[in-house]
Amino acid sequence: MAEFNRRKFLIVGGGAAAAGLLSGVVALTLPDMLGAAHDRPLPEGSGILVIVTLNGGNDGINTVIPYTDNAYHDARPELAFKPEEVLPLDGQLGLNPALQGLSEMWKSRSLAIVRGVGYPNPDRSHFRSMDIWQTASPKEPVPTGWIGRWLDATGDDPLRAVNIGGVMPLMSIGERQVASALSGWFPGIPVETMATLSALSDDDPRDTAEMSAIRRTYRASKVTEPEFGRVLKRLDPAAAANDADVDSLQAQLDLVARCVKAAVPTRVYMVQLGGFDTHAAERGTHQELLKKVDTALTPFLRDMSTHAHGKNLVVLMYSEFGRRVAANSAQGTDHGAAGPVFLAGAPVKGGFYGDEPSLTDLNDGDLKSTTDFRDIYHELLSRTLQTDPIPSVGPGRRDLGFL
Amino acid sequence: MSGQSTQWQATARLLRRAGFGASGPQIDAVAKQDRSVYLDTALGLDADRDPGAVATPRPIPVTPPTNYTTGAELTALQNELSLQMNDLTEWWVRRMVAVQEPIHEKLTLLWHDHFATSAQKVPFAVWMGAQNQTLRTLKLGDFRTMAVAMLGDAAMLYWLDGFSNNANNPNENLSREFMELFTLGHGDGYSEMDVREGARALTGWGIGPGGQTKVQPDQHDSDVKTVLGVTGNLDHTAFCDVVLSQPGSAPFVAGRLWRQLASDKSPSPEALGRLVDAYGPGRDLKALTKAILLDPEFTSSTGTIVTAPIEWMVGLIRALKVPIDDPVFLHAILLALEIMGQRPFYPPNVNGWPSGQAWLSTTSTAARVWAADKFVTLGDLSTVDDAATGDRIDAAGYLIGVGAWTDRTVAALKDLVDDPKRIVAAAVNSPEYLTA
Repeated sequence: MAEFNRRKFLIVGGGAAAAGLLSGVVALTLPDMLGAAHDRPLPEGSGILVIVTLNGGNDGINTVIPYTDNAYHDARPELAFKPEEVLPLDGQLGLNPALQGLSEMWKSRSLAIVRGVGYPNPDRSHFRSMDIWQTASPKEPVPTGWIGRWLDATGDDPLRAVNIGGVMPLMSIGERQVASALSGWFPGIPVETMATLSALSDDDPRDTAEMSAIRRTYRASKVTEPEFGRVLKRLDPAAAANDADVDSLQAQLDLVARCVKAAVPTRVYMVQLGGFDTHAAERGTHQELLKKVDTALTPFLRDMSTHAHGKNLVVLMYSEFGRRVAANSAQGTDHGAAGPVFLAGAPVKGGFYGDEPSLTDLNDGDLKSTTDFRDIYHELLSRTLQTDPIPSVGPGRRDLGFL
Repeated sequence: MSGQSTQWQATARLLRRAGFGASGPQIDAVAKQDRSVYLDTALGLDADRDPGAVATPRPIPVTPPTNYTTGAELTALQNELSLQMNDLTEWWVRRMVAVQEPIHEKLTLLWHDHFATSAQKVPFAVWMGAQNQTLRTLKLGDFRTMAVAMLGDAAMLYWLDGFSNNANNPNENLSREFMELFTLGHGDGYSEMDVREGARALTGWGIGPGGQTKVQPDQHDSDVKTVLGVTGNLDHTAFCDVVLSQPGSAPFVAGRLWRQLASDKSPSPEALGRLVDAYGPGRDLKALTKAILLDPEFTSSTGTIVTAPIEWMVGLIRALKVPIDDPVFLHAILLALEIMGQRPFYPPNVNGWPSGQAWLSTTSTAARVWAADKFVTLGDLSTVDDAATGDRIDAAGYLIGVGAWTDRTVAALKDLVDDPKRIVAAAVNSPEYLTA
């Protein structure tokens, strides 16, 4: 068998994934923004929460880097960044060099970093751990998400929470309510078809639960179609000559920005970026991913902070877990536990929250968490969404003070 | 509304779940015979000799040399690899549409979802295609053979970093997901130590340039390990045997296939017991598949599984005989699947595609409306065209394999009986067609 050159394969693998099939750029043309007054625009200055989910388990230690700690360099000699490479936050911690824009936000004190965030008895399964973050229920599996329960508790307008993309995450699903979904990639639903869907949207006594859920989607479409129709330049897939980057983080945040500026009455937006499960050849891949985060978030937040409808917008960015302190043999890292959570936006009081976990006092090779993720949700619910946090996070949580 | 006979409706559900949708004449033919006899015949066919399969040979691209020195060479290489993957993806959709007996492609898709491997990371189409054929070939044999094959599969080894798992420092990705997602279920009786010890049993795999794989003895950890209480010099087959011998494995595998074929809800303990019996000590996938599709609880679970985007899209193309030869149109269909969240060969992660409520979004509605409008223009609606206006609601149901409508849906379709295109476009977006 011919020698297998791992390094070369990995470069090609990473590159093909990053620059592959979906990257031919077909830019969305700028939306026809209708200036027309609308019957229920979101009042200026309303709190808006944008949730950025990093799927796969972001390596927190190579994101917020303990660059002066010898234990860091010893645990992952090939993966570690040298002190002169990082973007220093203080004398102990620095950002990954890909996070130039976030570093500027840190300097202007609009970036909060909560360190060591996790939950008791960390689970190293991607799927269980992501469910825990999205349901805010570490002890037992529950069928509803923390945003879904907020929807259940606060009325029935389907526009209150919007997922960018067609597949609904668990956090957006409540018992009776579910968030809406938005994508710029389809022509609007024709008026006469909307009338048919509307006729299909009333419940029938013979419906199963699954059939009722479909009718519920059609009731939501009645509300969302005219509203999104104002901000989207819809594209017909058959007219798109090339494969397009339909779901880059930047494209997702562009849609959010358009909605916010048009005063769409949405308080919660959900976007995501995958690929963080870096078991092999992590350094380059991870840096490339963080670069995507930085180049998407930086202009978005700059834009929002100067806009009347975006000045009380907060971005929450998290991942289902951090990664093992020590590198593995493939210059990657395996599933870990606690990690940093980022909060950014004009209303955010920049700085560190939560204690930095020790790199040597570990739990089975992983960082011990110092802060419970539900405290972050608690503050966002009570301050940004100005709602009772208990339906979403239960009793006994507290604010951390980043707002 | 009463509609077709109970027998017809039960057959319709079987065929819709076992394939990609079903149309009236096909349901009529099977409704006349014993469903068990039909399944024996269908499952006994050679998937590769189906006339539709023969007409759509799988592309086996030659991977270009992967050495490069300049950025331009790298870009050219990436473009070539992307084109090869695009060809393979389009091929599979064409194959799913073309086959006479769809059960084999459907089961291949379900096992692809189970052993979810994505071309988002795996660089070479030829590896993804080879895995696809392995699943097609082994999907009705014994589960152990398929599981062992996946532990040595090039695409899988690349996807879950098995190729960089060596004796000096094991990589636990494949070991963890094999137990958590492929064979046992989350947290079912294994510990973090079992994950780490299992990883040692899986060390040493290398992948050659053509995708051939083998264990490199100098990279394999041949010391003693202990997995799930069994101690020895375990290799990948021994590891697989230890894991599959756990009492939780059979119900896990049976329950997963049930949720793929029968319902978004888990089976009752009694039904699960029947499925585990059928699977048996021989881990017989053909017997399990048949047991699921013939179980009384399968028939009584009508309307409890949300039709996934590929099932909906391919089912509609088949029922309306929509031509997909136009490359631009086929390309648009794949883009629509991408936006609906289910592009073949690109599951979102190793847990496969989501199910149920996750498919029901306002965005997916817009995508379906777009596709339905295109398909009714290009497809064959003669069944509905030729029916008297008073019979067109039933004719639309017959065309797409829906044997009974709810009163609410009838009320919505009644306004459209003068326009066969609109009535069919609406029918395929009804809760009756979007569930099975």
